[in-house]
Amino acid sequence: MEIFNHDSNIHFLGMRKYTITIAILLMIGSIALIATRGLNYGLDFTGGISMLVNYDKPVEIGEVRGALAKGGFADAVVQSLGGTREVSIRFQAKDDKNAIQANGTVNLDRVSADVMKQLQVARADAKLKSRDFVSAEVGAELKTDGTWAALFVILGIMAYLWIRFERRFAIAAVATEIHDVLVTLGIIALVQREFDMTVLASVLAVIGYSINDKVVVFDRIRELFRLARKAEPEEILNRSINNTLSRTIITSLFTGITMGAMYFIGGPAVHGFAITMLIGIVVGTLSSIFVASPILLWLGVSKKDLMPVTRDNPELARRP
Amino acid sequence: MSDFPRWKYALVALMMLFGVIYALPNAFIPVPAVQVSANRDAPPVDQALRQRVEATLQQQHIQFGKVDVHGDNLLATFANTDVQKSGSDAIKALLGDEYTVAFKLQSTVPGWLSAIGARSMPLGLDLQGGVHFLMQVDENDVIDKQESSYADDIRSLLRDKKIHYESVTRSTVRGQGVAVVLRSAEDRAKASDAIANEYNDLLVSNGPSTGDRFVLKAVIKPDKLRDISRGAITQNLQTLRNRINALGVSEPLIQQQGESHIVVDLAGVQDPAEAKKLIGTVATLEYRPGIGHPGDPQAVEAEKTGNIPPDANLYHMRGTNLPVLVSKQVIVTGKELVDASSGIDQQSGTPKVDVTLNAAGARKMSDFTNANVGKPMAVVYVERVTETRMVDGKEVRTPKITESVINDANIASPFGKQFQTTGLGSPKEASDLALLLKGGAFAAPVDIIEEGVIGSSLGADNIDKGFKSVMLGLALVLLAAAIYYKLFGLVADIALFFNLVILVAVMSLIGVTLTMPGIAGIVLTLGMAIDANVLICERVREELRNGSTPHASIRAGYEKAWSTILDANVTHLIAALALTTMGTGAIKGFGVTLMIGILTSLFTSVTLTHAFTAAIHGHRKLKTLSV
Repeated sequence: MEIFNHDSNIHFLGMRKYTITIAILLMIGSIALIATRGLNYGLDFTGGISMLVNYDKPVEIGEVRGALAKGGFADAVVQSLGGTREVSIRFQAKDDKNAIQANGTVNLDRVSADVMKQLQVARADAKLKSRDFVSAEVGAELKTDGTWAALFVILGIMAYLWIRFERRFAIAAVATEIHDVLVTLGIIALVQREFDMTVLASVLAVIGYSINDKVVVFDRIRELFRLARKAEPEEILNRSINNTLSRTIITSLFTGITMGAMYFIGGPAVHGFAITMLIGIVVGTLSSIFVASPILLWLGVSKKDLMPVTRDNPELARRP
Repeated sequence: MSDFPRWKYALVALMMLFGVIYALPNAFIPVPAVQVSANRDAPPVDQALRQRVEATLQQQHIQFGKVDVHGDNLLATFANTDVQKSGSDAIKALLGDEYTVAFKLQSTVPGWLSAIGARSMPLGLDLQGGVHFLMQVDENDVIDKQESSYADDIRSLLRDKKIHYESVTRSTVRGQGVAVVLRSAEDRAKASDAIANEYNDLLVSNGPSTGDRFVLKAVIKPDKLRDISRGAITQNLQTLRNRINALGVSEPLIQQQGESHIVVDLAGVQDPAEAKKLIGTVATLEYRPGIGHPGDPQAVEAEKTGNIPPDANLYHMRGTNLPVLVSKQVIVTGKELVDASSGIDQQSGTPKVDVTLNAAGARKMSDFTNANVGKPMAVVYVERVTETRMVDGKEVRTPKITESVINDANIASPFGKQFQTTGLGSPKEASDLALLLKGGAFAAPVDIIEEGVIGSSLGADNIDKGFKSVMLGLALVLLAAAIYYKLFGLVADIALFFNLVILVAVMSLIGVTLTMPGIAGIVLTLGMAIDANVLICERVREELRNGSTPHASIRAGYEKAWSTILDANVTHLIAALALTTMGTGAIKGFGVTLMIGILTSLFTSVTLTHAFTAAIHGHRKLKTLSV
């Protein structure tokens, strides 16, 4: 079976002015979104207290909020977790005066007892499923760790491509990579999805996934440059994208299928992970086709940069 | 035969076999169990105890699987965690304090599998429920103590050397060391030499001097500071391990994370209060004159009759549990102890512990030992646990103190600041004693900065959902590949299936803890592993279109795709590597899974499919390929 015409010869690079403009606009838009709306950081980053509460019978979010407000937890964030019987409640430790102990630490047992008392006054069938406390310092540490990890990935990949390919490929890949991460984060900021530890892991995995895509195209570019007698860069790049097009899309679909499966049945613990990955796959696939190669063209890639270094062969030199 | 070498077939077959065998233990679901072990003075676990436990369970109509004696432990299995809980309560009520009763997940892996080292993956807290703590060691407190102790030492050193000083004070800023104010430049030079000679770990420098105030600064060297904080962490880890063992959790995870954090994961424990109580224990120690020796008639008599001399306490030796009488007079306390380290005594060749006291402690110790050569001296270890209970909505705190003697030895000759305890039974005993001494002296306070309780039902729910999403994801990709690439797709499917098997086998063998993010990593690996096959299949199709023969197409397809696959996977591996460097457990688990997955998929997607393709197409003359 084949979905894609193997002779496809869409002139992707002909559209480069538009595609790059769109990419730049998307990046600016994402930066603006992250700056203005910000990421909806989860407990892992902000610190605070989170509780999972289960009800025997369906419950309205408003009902839970009302019950909490009566107990002085008006600022608590209440979310339903797939279904009508399970809610997550998140708030800062300072909302419960009794919780702070003399030495400044938080008594989680006390807080959860206080909250459950409030909830059970309203609904006797409320049950505590899990509770978590994370201090703000741990969250701040995670942010720095995450930034370092992202930097490490980007620099590591750049170094590898520099050695295996050539300088221009490394720069083009990393530029596209930054685009992918920013746009993915921008979309997360736009829909205000909770940004927790698994989402951070997912964003880093997106970098890994999308670099995979770019490398496949770059590999083809290198191969075609080496084979071609008359190497017109624009044509070579365009042929490479077209030749790898079906692979690019099929792989994205396959990976997308697994992430979709996880999104629908994996439960709330991996929701954020799967959706971020899905966003990243779409963004990464599009940028492999429309963004990476135009950058490479502008950087001025040419046949002679990619020819394998010929070893001096004295035998050949001696021949007339 | 095709161009596929025979040894590679063998390798593929071996890897498939390895995968199946080492992944197999995960199919045996462990059963909830209760483990009973005897405390130090209780009678050992035996058949009589087994019968008592069985009888009690039957009497209370608690359904149990079986009750068995395994070595020193008694193990009772139950159908589910609810029954396990009531079973444990019943056994606890029956046996009382003499036995430790703990929850355990009893493995059902057959013996022949365990014998070859095959085991199932341990499950993370998010999959089996339990409590999680992240603790921060208060290094500031450790530095404070060290600096104060150096200030004391310098003061007495200057007094000994008869150097006049105006003041010796700790700098108001932590980490800035000790400021010594002297009256003249000569005094300052003398003091500087004296301090630098005596204390190698101090960096001495002249401070600003005004009029007749000549300032000398002594700062603890950065290396030493690093050693101190590293020591504080090791110390706390060890102390926590000892205490949590007492809690009776079967497989506690206690490890250092980052520079100053300690993670404690206690699977199966649903009540963090008890765990927290243990963690919050404060220990101190006291050097006191001994009366007689452990286990001598006088002490045994005192224990039997309860007639304890008025100036003495009756304690028990830690470990051997022998009774020993110790005077109530305290010579020095743990606060005056600066360091304790274990080693081997050069003269006698036996294990020893070196102890260093601060100036004040040294003076008292020297006074005492001068007058008491040849007499015994005991080290009493005191643990204070504050129990907090809620009575009528109010918190009631009751301290519980346990005291034991950790060492009792004769004073060979007078000593002061530095001394050693020799003649210890084994190097292990020496290092244990050193750790206990340090634990009592400067266990840096730990703060709980992260705490979580995951209900066991949530864990079961997560396992269920995780398993289903792996299966559904796998099934969908298998189906899609078979439809799109026909025979080559089916071969890729076999590879993908074995990729999952070998990935699970490697993770089990290494002992990677399976968590929800880990499962996400497995699913992502499966989704991306197929990429290599897509690359190969597309290449083969391309070669066929270009007019190559089927055999040549297969060969060229694999050859040309290889460099692409390698580049793509190495870059991906770099990304996975970064994930594993993240300090936090959840992301680390995901990264480790992804990394192993990339490596296994390189093997299965390329070598394994090549073997199958070669075996299928090798002998025949082909007109077309099913791709």
